[in-house]
Amino acid sequence: MSGPCNAAELLAVMASRQLRDDTTVFAGVGVPLLAAALAKQRHAPRLTLVIEGGIIGPEIAPGRLPISTNEMRAGRRAQMLPGITDAFLFAQRGFVDVGFMGGAQIDQYGNINTTAIGDYGKPKVRLPGTGGANDIASLCREVIIVTAHEKRRFVPRVDFITSPAWLRGDDSRRAAGLLFGGVSRVVTTLGLLGFDPETRRMLIEAVHPGETVETIRANTGFELGLASTLEVTAPPAADELQMLRALDPERRFLG
Amino acid sequence: MKDGDHVAVGGCLFSRTPLALVRELLRQRRRGLTLARNLTCTEGEFLMVAGAVERIVTAWMSIGLPWGVSKIMRHYVESGQVALEEWSHLALGLRFRAGAMGVPFLPALTMLGSDLMAVGGTKSLQDPYTGETLAAVPALFPDVAVLHVHRADRFGNCQIDGYPHMDGDIARAATTVLVTAEEIVGDDETRRHPDRTVVPGFLVDALVHVPFGAFPHECYGLYEADFDHFGEYTAAIDARGPTAVADYLERYAYRPPTFADYLGLFGGERLARQTRRARELTVDA
Repeated sequence: MSGPCNAAELLAVMASRQLRDDTTVFAGVGVPLLAAALAKQRHAPRLTLVIEGGIIGPEIAPGRLPISTNEMRAGRRAQMLPGITDAFLFAQRGFVDVGFMGGAQIDQYGNINTTAIGDYGKPKVRLPGTGGANDIASLCREVIIVTAHEKRRFVPRVDFITSPAWLRGDDSRRAAGLLFGGVSRVVTTLGLLGFDPETRRMLIEAVHPGETVETIRANTGFELGLASTLEVTAPPAADELQMLRALDPERRFLG
Repeated sequence: MKDGDHVAVGGCLFSRTPLALVRELLRQRRRGLTLARNLTCTEGEFLMVAGAVERIVTAWMSIGLPWGVSKIMRHYVESGQVALEEWSHLALGLRFRAGAMGVPFLPALTMLGSDLMAVGGTKSLQDPYTGETLAAVPALFPDVAVLHVHRADRFGNCQIDGYPHMDGDIARAATTVLVTAEEIVGDDETRRHPDRTVVPGFLVDALVHVPFGAFPHECYGLYEADFDHFGEYTAAIDARGPTAVADYLERYAYRPPTFADYLGLFGGERLARQTRRARELTVDA
């Protein structure tokens, strides 16, 4: 590894590599937006960001990462401000290639809970709620989840499905009426996870340098299979870390 | 506004929140309100602590990532004192749009398969042409919409710069529309830029000229949200819980007789700083 980096930096770099040039990405604030801004600067200059506040094509400035999806920093040099509902409707129409989001609790089918720990009607912990996460997970052509890898987050069954991925596996997503999309990949602080194309159960596709299948399994609350080929990701390069750190000099999201 | 009204609030999170109108609503000691807002911020906390609100219809509630999960929201929702009715962000937007269109629901592809369907009792339906499953997102017709806009003329034609959020749909969906504006402009000014009019005057029931009417939240291009103020506010909540908000309301809502007195608590220097920053973030960006 080219010098040490912390978990948030590793996560942002690994996530940014998932994005390709000439695509559209619906990015949530925090590490996903940071990773998208890094991708746009480094290898995907024609990546179009779509932000929940009703913003198309902004250029996020280093040192001016937005705190919310609808504050002034989020729309810097935007190409269009269609409003919130219409921004999401671009996704419903099928124009958004990738949804890029985090999550509090995730299950073996990639479903995410950001609503409540415990029962919805009488929650042990009430979380802030979906925001646009449900819509991103429902409507983007592909969804990539970016999250810290902790056992308490990776649970067999989420308490509440806020954001649908593969629901109960097999063809249950399609059967619910979700015509396209679904979570393709989960980028974590330990590795890259994918889904079995038939059962839609999560499996390990790659480990980050220094991590093993065993450490990933030990930090996951359900059984994780292995992809047919297991890869080791390349460590963050010096230029990736340099650009990333310049984007968030106040370490608001990089810790 | 009356007790028990369903009030829709314009803007989004800490952007263009009609805080002068929320302050007045607090001062009138309204009770039993339902608040509908796509992303709910400090105004939701104020109404919870004041005992003004029974239910909040929203997609998300807290101030923003740096300030963590709202402790006020957790306190009132986990204890069952206030219901937090959660909809996806688009679904809530479509509820206002269906209202704006005057139709009872809109078909959509969102929320399907998730547990959010059950929360608001959203029904699914079969597409009569293809048989595909769709969410039938019900219209929302608020009793009152409260909005803050950049400028309006004496007929109530409202113009918004930057993010339009959901204000245009909210105004169409609501029975009564109350607006504050940063600036009152002449009729000719509206006609010079009719493309910027988001709410036509015939929707508007009352209009008040209130510069800084969203402060300490932001107004696009005019002033930035006061993050230092949010930090002080949440630090007090961390230390003293809902009592800190009750004290805050005493200081900022109930005691200052006018909105100018309210702004005076922040001071002209602070307002000037936030105005400069907004310029840096938009015009000069």
